[in-house]
Amino acid sequence: MSFFFALLFILASLVFVVGLTLKIIQYAKTPVPLKIVTTPAPVTKSGVVLRMFREVVFFESLFKSTKWTWIFSWVFHMALLLVLIRHLRYFIEPDAVPAVVWTLIELVQPFGMYAGFGMVLGLVGLFLRRVLVDRVRYISAPSDYLMLLMLGFIGFSGLMMTFVVHTDIVAIKQFFTFNGGQLPADFPLIIHLSLVALLMLIFPFSKLLHVPGIFFSPTRNQVDNPREKRHIVPWAKALEEEQN
Amino acid sequence: MAKAEFDVPELQEYVDVPEVEEGTMAHVKSFVVTKPEHNTDLGFPGELVEDWHDKALEKLDDLRGRYRSLQVFLDACVKCGSCTDKCQYFLSTKDPKNMPVGRQDLLRKVYRRYFTFAGKYFPKLVGAEDLTRETLDDWYNYYHQCSQCRRCSVFCPYGIDTAEISMAAREILDSIGYGQKYCNEIIAKVHKIGNNLGLPGPAIENTLEGLEEDMVDDFGVEVKFPLDVKGAEVLLVTPSADFFVEPHVDGLIGYGKVFHEAGISWTMSTTASEAGNFGMFIGSYENMRRVALRVREAALELGVKRIVFGECGHAWRVAYAFLNTLAGPFDFLDPDYPVPQHICEFTDDLIKEGRLNLDKSQNDDMVLTFHDSCNVARATRMGDKPGGQFEIPRNVIKAVCNNYVDMHQDTIGEKTFCCGGGGGLLTDDLMETRVNGAVPRMTALQNAMNEKGVTHMAAICAICKSQFTKVLPYFGMEMDQIVSVHQLVGNALILTTQKSEGDDEEQENDD
Ligand code: HEM
Ligand code: HEM
Repeated sequence: MSFFFALLFILASLVFVVGLTLKIIQYAKTPVPLKIVTTPAPVTKSGVVLRMFREVVFFESLFKSTKWTWIFSWVFHMALLLVLIRHLRYFIEPDAVPAVVWTLIELVQPFGMYAGFGMVLGLVGLFLRRVLVDRVRYISAPSDYLMLLMLGFIGFSGLMMTFVVHTDIVAIKQFFTFNGGQLPADFPLIIHLSLVALLMLIFPFSKLLHVPGIFFSPTRNQVDNPREKRHIVPWAKALEEEQN
Repeated sequence: MAKAEFDVPELQEYVDVPEVEEGTMAHVKSFVVTKPEHNTDLGFPGELVEDWHDKALEKLDDLRGRYRSLQVFLDACVKCGSCTDKCQYFLSTKDPKNMPVGRQDLLRKVYRRYFTFAGKYFPKLVGAEDLTRETLDDWYNYYHQCSQCRRCSVFCPYGIDTAEISMAAREILDSIGYGQKYCNEIIAKVHKIGNNLGLPGPAIENTLEGLEEDMVDDFGVEVKFPLDVKGAEVLLVTPSADFFVEPHVDGLIGYGKVFHEAGISWTMSTTASEAGNFGMFIGSYENMRRVALRVREAALELGVKRIVFGECGHAWRVAYAFLNTLAGPFDFLDPDYPVPQHICEFTDDLIKEGRLNLDKSQNDDMVLTFHDSCNVARATRMGDKPGGQFEIPRNVIKAVCNNYVDMHQDTIGEKTFCCGGGGGLLTDDLMETRVNGAVPRMTALQNAMNEKGVTHMAAICAICKSQFTKVLPYFGMEMDQIVSVHQLVGNALILTTQKSEGDDEEQENDD
């Protein structure tokens, strides 16, 4: 079993890293020929950094739009963040990172534990909304429900391990830090890890591209200064030269 | 009440979010180009090409490589539903393909099917679909029911802008010879004659002379409306509607009076006798650029030092956000002024400097409110601070009239509702869409009328003004309730030489 999971995670990590990198390169390389920022928008670079910060950390636009979605979504994402930081201890040795980082990871431990509930709660809310609101139901494909279910089961199986049927964390850590440990053959763990591998595999091919996408969104990340500074991309420049 | 071949929605106290009802607007199809030259003049095939299927996909692939917005927006949507209740067309038609995400998905499902791993191998799972003739017609029908007003993009957590998607879709349609008559005919006219209405130079000259005569008759002052005057300080580029219909032309009179009082020499141009640029509506960079270059040519030809744009929403977007890119750099103009300037910025500066003698009471017969035009509100700025596009027009209005109130907070500023006629929809064959799209704005206006005694609504967009003139009667209101901002300025502005003789005259003529 450990062998199978080792292979699975090597593959999943490869797909995740390579796939995501290729997508990021694609986004970065695709030109933005026009200034299309949604105004009112910041007129300076630092203003844009602030706007992006508010979008990424507080989901500002979503907040403006619908409070219910915002609550569920924000609770889910923030809990997810805490959970992921807490998980770092399975992958890194205390002496491999600066002391502050380790302190942070330790600090998050108790919160991360309970954040799992927040995560699942948020997901349940988002799932219900998808089922109950007719407009959202109309735009949902099977993958939209499955994505929530998948994350929900990752959370649920994780919580099972944390609070109900404990598993051998030391062995898991040895396994994931290439120290030759055997994975414990616990049912929740198998579910947990299989779904996590699936999550990594689909990441670059699914709507999870909203994660890199938000940073590349021209309507949010452009500085509002078209009159002050001429904006022109290579293909537009070429067109200009060809026609002049 | 105007007669209509469709059910005119009744205004309620609020605009409730409706339950979806599929297909209610599927029958609305804006006229397709029938004269091939309306396509070919723009560089598109004259009629639907045989291999449209492959050509459409090729174009989609090309566009996603040239526009990051398109690529990121097609990928990033998580179907959170945040935009679903934000579009004025959905709110009153209930058609889910008029929800921003529903509209986007018409293109997204095809993108997924042909260009993504998941869509190629698991189409059912991720809602990917083949490009069929049905889908193509859906594109045509529904991408011509989007006014590209960007209201949805304000509320999208990733800033996905349906306008970008609908522009791309229209460009794809054009590239296979399936263009919309209204937009393409107009662009062809601009390329040929110089403006959207196809007014030849002499006709404009005539109108302007008429206006000058009116000025002398009414005020005894020689207010000029110069055309093609070399060496003028300012080139004014204004929508051609300003040359001949109410209330637009009253706005033009307002500009003329302001220039006259400011003592700044100005001119309009027959080359650039149109501020509007429908190239944007069809998403065609090439056409938009061609139309925009006329402004540069006119400025060079006339040797002006500044460019000022008249009241027009999408024109201001192209002018403010794109002109420098499309037709810049403008290093031959006076660097002390932004290029271009909005007429409201221009007037606002003069008011602040105390250079205009204003009598607010001239507008006392009205209680005013202001309709933020979508392109001005969400795609541009005025002045040097974010949000100046809301404040400056209001400052101008408040400086020229005593009675001003805003409509409901959720319907103005960045959350403003489109008039219903923007984005290339201002054509009679889309009346049903236009009337429905106007409902949220009409509701807010009606509430302001009932609660705050509003009598008139001012706007700074030729399309908004035309649209409201046409749709107000559908809702039992008067078409002249819509006014130009510079019409108000013109009313209040006391012309300098008017004072001595004008004062007595005024008393005699007072009614
Ligand atoms: C290879 C990657 C992962 C491994 C090895 C792993 C392993 C574990 C283990 C061993 C636990 C139990 C902790 C305990 O007993 O104290 C756990 C809990 C949990 N896991 Fe994971 N996990 C991984 C990835 C993820 C991911 C990607 C998510 C979220 C999407 C996630 C969500 C959770 C949650 C919510 C809990 C319960 C709360 C907590 O203890 O933090 N896990 N995980
Ligand atoms: C930069 C980090 C991220 C930001 C700013 C972000 C932001 C958002 C926002 C604003 C939404 C829309 C609201 C909603 O439907 O919940 C959303 C949805 C979603 N996010 Fe994220 N997210 C981030 C990272 C992640 C990660 C790492 C995951 C999963 C591993 C994830 C999974 C999801 C899912 C599944 C949805 C759809 C929820 C639904 O179906 O309603 N997000 N995200």
